[in-house]
Amino acid sequence: MSPSENTGVVEFFERPPPQAKKWSKARILGIILLGLWIAAGLGLIYYLFAAYTQEFADKYALKFLRGIWVTFQIVGLSLIFGALLSFPVALGRLSKNRLIGGIAFGYSYLMRGTPLLAQTYLVYYGLGSFNKELQAIGLWWFFRDAFNCVVLIFTLNTAAYQAEILRGAIENVEKGQTEAGQALGIPKLVIFWKIVLPQALITALRPYGNEIILMIKGSAIASLVTVFDLMGETRRAYSRSFDFQTYIWAAILYLSVVETLRRLWDKFENYLTRHLQRDSE
Amino acid sequence: MKIFKKITMAVAAIAIAASAGIAQSQEMRKVRVGTEGAYPPFNSLNAAGKLEGFDIDIANALCEQAKLKCEFVVQDWDGMIPALLANKFDVIIASMSITDERMKKIDFTNKYYNTPPAIAVPKDSKITGITDADLKGVALGAQSSTTHSNYAEAKLGSANLKLYPTPDEYKADIASGRIDAVIDDVTVLDAWIKSDAGACCKIIGTLVPDDKINGIGAGIGLRKGEDDLKKIFNDAIDAIRANGTYKKINDKYFAFDVYG
Repeated sequence: MSPSENTGVVEFFERPPPQAKKWSKARILGIILLGLWIAAGLGLIYYLFAAYTQEFADKYALKFLRGIWVTFQIVGLSLIFGALLSFPVALGRLSKNRLIGGIAFGYSYLMRGTPLLAQTYLVYYGLGSFNKELQAIGLWWFFRDAFNCVVLIFTLNTAAYQAEILRGAIENVEKGQTEAGQALGIPKLVIFWKIVLPQALITALRPYGNEIILMIKGSAIASLVTVFDLMGETRRAYSRSFDFQTYIWAAILYLSVVETLRRLWDKFENYLTRHLQRDSE
Repeated sequence: MKIFKKITMAVAAIAIAASAGIAQSQEMRKVRVGTEGAYPPFNSLNAAGKLEGFDIDIANALCEQAKLKCEFVVQDWDGMIPALLANKFDVIIASMSITDERMKKIDFTNKYYNTPPAIAVPKDSKITGITDADLKGVALGAQSSTTHSNYAEAKLGSANLKLYPTPDEYKADIASGRIDAVIDDVTVLDAWIKSDAGACCKIIGTLVPDDKINGIGAGIGLRKGEDDLKKIFNDAIDAIRANGTYKKINDKYFAFDVYG
């Protein structure tokens, strides 16, 4: 029966078979490169197995864990203080007042436009050379400690990024939402806290997660100003053993922290956007 | 078979280049010398960006003695041994102490100097002794990956050790009062406290070196298996010791004999 005959029966045509993929040059090259990557990965795992000794673990495992705890402290404190500071900065960026807007813009421009390493050195060694003046005003106890300096500069740095994330997210909330609130006679502050901000935070969630991951990786800079964070302990272990596996272990530890965080963040996002999800069929 | 033609040509080119290299090495062997350039008075970069210091003068004297064509490569201290192993240069002349830990990875010539570690503190410091008990809870600065930092970790465990990438940084931190004491080679600290930058501080004593940690003096680091180069440098060290060149360089920098 040919399909042209109108018999009233609905015929189903089979989907044409997929065309056989050609062995193009690009495909061959791709497979070769993929093979190289897999070989490199397996080589790395083999190297770790071969290089691993009980002696190495006994000597450094505890130090690595202590280092990761310091990294957590630095990143955790900086993120909390940074989040607090980012609110006024974001509001400043949204302000119609040109002076306030200008100051907030200048702050975030400077902090985001210069390397974190340079900022850390500026605070640690730069302010360190004004120790007499700082002593006179009673602030030296704070700047004397490398940990404090690092938390301070990381806070200032992440606050600038977080403020931009927040600003973008707030601007992204449709104007109609505010207008609807106004039409209902809801006070301005309540509109912001109860209507605009919760919606903005959904948009901001992903970039926030990225910023935390960037902070975890960026915190390795603390090791350059005598703080024994994960990177600091790694460098110390390497300087004693001259063994490259120290850096591979550090990479694995950083990676597992980031991966854990990523998964948590997925869960968190699912939770916050639960009203937007369709029930599965 | 165009591709085979290309390969043959490439192989031929390499062979020619290699034979030229051998021919040249018979005239004057080229040796790349790795050094740090941040460890005055042994090796440092001057205002013009040129290397100077005891290590540099000794290296030049040895190369002249051994008729080698030497060329310096500046390398951060932490990466010195990995860079040697990665063939970034052929020898390390950077006041590197000959220790068992390093001997596991690289080889050394005989020593070319040996000086003890010392501890410096700010002039108004209350610290008077240099034993572990005297330094209890003291913030002690040292350069990382050095015999001095290892010594502090092993022997001065009561102190609160802070590690810095180069001596410049611990010098800044003791001047600003962040750390209470520093440990380094006595000649390095001596040269520093005599300069304007080191006006803050004084040396309170030299430590008794531990051969296991501090090694048996500073030697020239080489990759394992380069025994011919090792012999060339050992002979050259003996030669400049014998002919007075060593003494001339020694006296240019120090008031005493650093050979030890």
